[in-house]
Amino acid sequence: MYVAVKGGERAIENAHAWLAEERRGDTSVAELSIAQIKEQLKLAVDRVMAEGSLYDPDLAALAIKQSRGDLIEAIFLIRAYRTTLPRFGATEPVGTSTMACDRRISATFKDLPGGQILGPTFDYTHRLLDFKLAADGDVPEAPTREVTQHEVPHVTEFLNREGLIEEAPRDDTPPPDLTREPLEMPADRALRLQALTRSDEGFTLGLAYSTQRGYARNHAFVGELRIGAVAVEMDIPELGFAVEIGEITVTECETVNQFKGSKTEPPQFTRGYGLVFGQSERKAISMALVDRALRWEELGEDNVGAPAQDTEFVLYHADNIQATGFLEHIKLPHYVDFQSELELVRKLRREAGADQVPEAAE
Amino acid sequence: MEAEVLSGGFADPAIQSAHAFRSVMEAMARPGTLQHISGAEPPAPLSKAAGAVLLTLCDTETGVYLAGEADCDAVRAWLAFHTGAPLTGPSHCMFAVGTWDALNPLSAYPIGTSEYPDRSATLIVECAELAQSGATLTGPGIKTNVALSVPGIDAFQKNRTLFPLGLDFIFTCEGHLAALPRTTQVSAPIGATEVC
Amino acid sequence: MTDYNFAYLDEQTKRMIRRAILKGLAIPGYQVPFASREMPMPYGWGTGGVQVSAAVLTPQDKLKVIDQGADDTTNAVSIRTFFERTAGVETTTTTREATVIQTRHRIPEEPLTEDQILVYQVPIPEPLRFLEPRESETRKMHSLEEYGLMHVKLYEDISRHGHIATSYAYPVKVEGRYVMDPSPIPKFDNPKLGDMAAIQLFGAGREQRIYALPPYTQVVSLDFEDHPFEASKADQICGLCGATDSYLDEVIVDDAGGRLFCCSDTDYCASRRAAGHQGTVLPTSEALA
Repeated sequence: MYVAVKGGERAIENAHAWLAEERRGDTSVAELSIAQIKEQLKLAVDRVMAEGSLYDPDLAALAIKQSRGDLIEAIFLIRAYRTTLPRFGATEPVGTSTMACDRRISATFKDLPGGQILGPTFDYTHRLLDFKLAADGDVPEAPTREVTQHEVPHVTEFLNREGLIEEAPRDDTPPPDLTREPLEMPADRALRLQALTRSDEGFTLGLAYSTQRGYARNHAFVGELRIGAVAVEMDIPELGFAVEIGEITVTECETVNQFKGSKTEPPQFTRGYGLVFGQSERKAISMALVDRALRWEELGEDNVGAPAQDTEFVLYHADNIQATGFLEHIKLPHYVDFQSELELVRKLRREAGADQVPEAAE
Repeated sequence: MEAEVLSGGFADPAIQSAHAFRSVMEAMARPGTLQHISGAEPPAPLSKAAGAVLLTLCDTETGVYLAGEADCDAVRAWLAFHTGAPLTGPSHCMFAVGTWDALNPLSAYPIGTSEYPDRSATLIVECAELAQSGATLTGPGIKTNVALSVPGIDAFQKNRTLFPLGLDFIFTCEGHLAALPRTTQVSAPIGATEVC
Repeated sequence: MTDYNFAYLDEQTKRMIRRAILKGLAIPGYQVPFASREMPMPYGWGTGGVQVSAAVLTPQDKLKVIDQGADDTTNAVSIRTFFERTAGVETTTTTREATVIQTRHRIPEEPLTEDQILVYQVPIPEPLRFLEPRESETRKMHSLEEYGLMHVKLYEDISRHGHIATSYAYPVKVEGRYVMDPSPIPKFDNPKLGDMAAIQLFGAGREQRIYALPPYTQVVSLDFEDHPFEASKADQICGLCGATDSYLDEVIVDDAGGRLFCCSDTDYCASRRAAGHQGTVLPTSEALA
C-alpha cells in the first residue's frame, strides 16, 4: 500500500540534531576550541578566508568547526555570512613591497636585495609521518634573528629596469566588483584576478598544471613568491588622509613568463600574478599561471583552444560554492521531470515496437 | 542641515519599501492600472508617489536625472540624504524625474543595447492628474484594453517601435502611480475622433 | 529573528533585485543580469527564487512553497521555514489562499488569480545553453533573434524519434520575441504560462538572471506546423482523488513493481479528496494526514 512521503519538517529537524551530535563526536574526547583551530589548523583557516573572500581568522575557524572540517562547506558558511555585512568603503590597494615577509623566495635569481627567506615551509621537509606528534606536540623553539624592517623590492622591478619584462603601469581605475555586479564577458584582467583569488584551489591547481603539461604552455618561472603581513589603509574623507585599520597576511606570486614577441612588441618576458589571503602558495602560484594563460589575447598570442585560455570556461566554473551547490542539487527530488521523461521514453519505445518486456526480465 | 532634508524618508525602510515596491511592480506588470503608494514626504515639487518610487529604487548605484523644477536644492539635498544616488545628465541616468515637458525630448535617455536592453532609463513622469481615461492601452499585462490619461500618444508609439529597446515610464500624481513599459501599445481613445 | 533584516536580504540588495524585476516585466522573456548574492542555502537549491521572493514579500503576504508540486518535500519545507523565520510571513499550503507562491518544477493545477505572484526557481535560465555553452554567443543570438539553432535541434528530434524529445523545460517564445526557458516544469504545464492572471517571476541565483512574464502575456511553446506542441501527461487517473486532468506522479508501491499514479499537486489532490472525490486506490490513513 502506498504511503505518501510526509513529515518533511520532522525529518529535517531530526537530521539537524543527528548532524550536531556527529559533529561533536565522542563526548569523552575534549572539544576543539576555536583558538586551537585558528592556531593549529592555520592553513585550513587561510584557505577558508581566501575562498570565502573574508579576512577573519576567528570566523573561519568557527566555520571549520561547524562544518566538521569540510572546507568547502566552511567557505560556504563564510560567503553566506559575508553577503549580509554592510560595506563601509574600499581600502587603498595594499603595498606588498612594504610587506613584513615571513617568506620570500625567487627562483629566477640566486640572490637578490632583500635576500631569500625560506620561512615556515614544508618544501624541504621529508614527508615522513612524525609519530611523535601523535603523542605529544611539544616543539623546541625555533631560532630567531633581528628583523630589520625595510622595503623589499620586487624581482620584476629589476627586470623592468632593463626593459626585459612587460611594463605593468599603475592603473587607478576602480576594479569591477564580482560580488556586487553580475559576471559579464569579456572580463578584464582585474575581474579575472578577482575571480581567481576566490576560486577553488583544486580547480585552479588543475588548470595551472594543465598549462605546464602543454595546454597553453607559458613557460612560467616563479620570479618571486612572498608571504607576510601588509598594512590595510583606508582613506577617511573626514580626515583627508589614509589611516591604517589593520594588518592582513597575504601570499603573492609573480611569475616571469617567456614571450616570443608579436608584430608590435619585441621579445620580452611577461607576467602572471597571484595574490591570495593568508599563507597559500599553491593557490597563489596556480593563480599566476592561470592569469598568464588567460592573457593570450591582450598579448597577441594564439588561442590554442586550451581550457586555461578560455575565460568563460575558467570564470564560470572556478567558484566552488556555485559548483558544489549545482552539482549537489541533483540530490533534490526531480521526479516531476523524470516522470515526463518516463512518459516520453515509453511512448517512443511503444512506437518503435520495443515495449514488449523480454521474458528473461520477468 | 534643514529639517526638510532629514525628514520625509521611510520611517521603517524594510517594510515601507516592500509595500511601495509591490505598488510599483503591480503598476509595471499591469500597465494602466492605478496603484496607491505611500511612505514618503519629499520636498516640493516632488509628489509623494515620485518620492516613494525614488526611495524604493534608487541608491548609490543608480544615476538620477532631475529634470526642470525637480532640479532644485531641496530635492537634491533630500535625494542625497535618503538615497545617496548620484545626479547625472539624462544620457547616463537610470532614473529621471520631472514633468513631461521637462523630461522631453525622450531621445536624450539611454534605451539599452540590443544585448542588454535592460540598460535603459525609467522615467518618472509627474502628472497634474492621473486617471483611467484617455488613450487606449493594450499589450502584455493587459487582459483586453485599458484607458489611461497619458501625456501624449506619438511619443509612446515611437518608443514601442524600439522594442526590445526603449524607455519605461512611471506616472506619478500625489499618492498614486501608474506605469507604461515599452511593450504597451498606445492608441487614440476608443471612439475618439482626434488625438487629445 | 532580529539578527537579519526583514526577509534576510539587506535593503541595497533588495533594491538591485527589484530594479531587475521591473526591467524583466518591461521586457518579457528577456533575462536581466543581476548580482545574485550568496544565500544561506546552496546554489542550485532555489537561491534565485528565494532572492526574488525576498524582494517581493511584504509582512501581509501569505506564502506557499512547493517543490515538484508538493508542499511537504524537504526543500519546500526548508525554504518555507526560512521565510517564516526571516520575514515572519504567514505560510499556507492552500493554493487559493496564497498571495506569493514559490515553486520548483510545477505550476499549480488550480488557475491562479490577479492577486497572486508565482516565483519560479530556475537552474539554467538560458534556453540555448545546451546548444551553445558560451554566454557571449547566446547573448548575441538573443540580440539578433537568431533562434534557428533551437528549431534545428527540435526538428532533428522529430526526424530521429518522430517527436520532439523534450519533455520538460520545454522552450517557449514570449510575445513573438524572446525564446525563454520556463524552468524545468513538465511540458504539461506550458499552456498555463500564457495569459495567466498572476505575475510570473523567474529567479536563477547561480546564473545571476531574473526574468518575468507580466499577466496576460502571449507565450507560445515552440513547435512546427506538422508537429504541433502537445502537453502530455501519464494516460492515467489519480489513484487517490480520481482526477483526470492533473499532472501525475508515478509511485512504485511494492517490491513487485506495482505502481500508483497520483497528483503531483498535493494541495489539488487533498482538496479534491476533501470534497468527496475518490480514486481507485484507498490511501492509508498516513497518506491522508
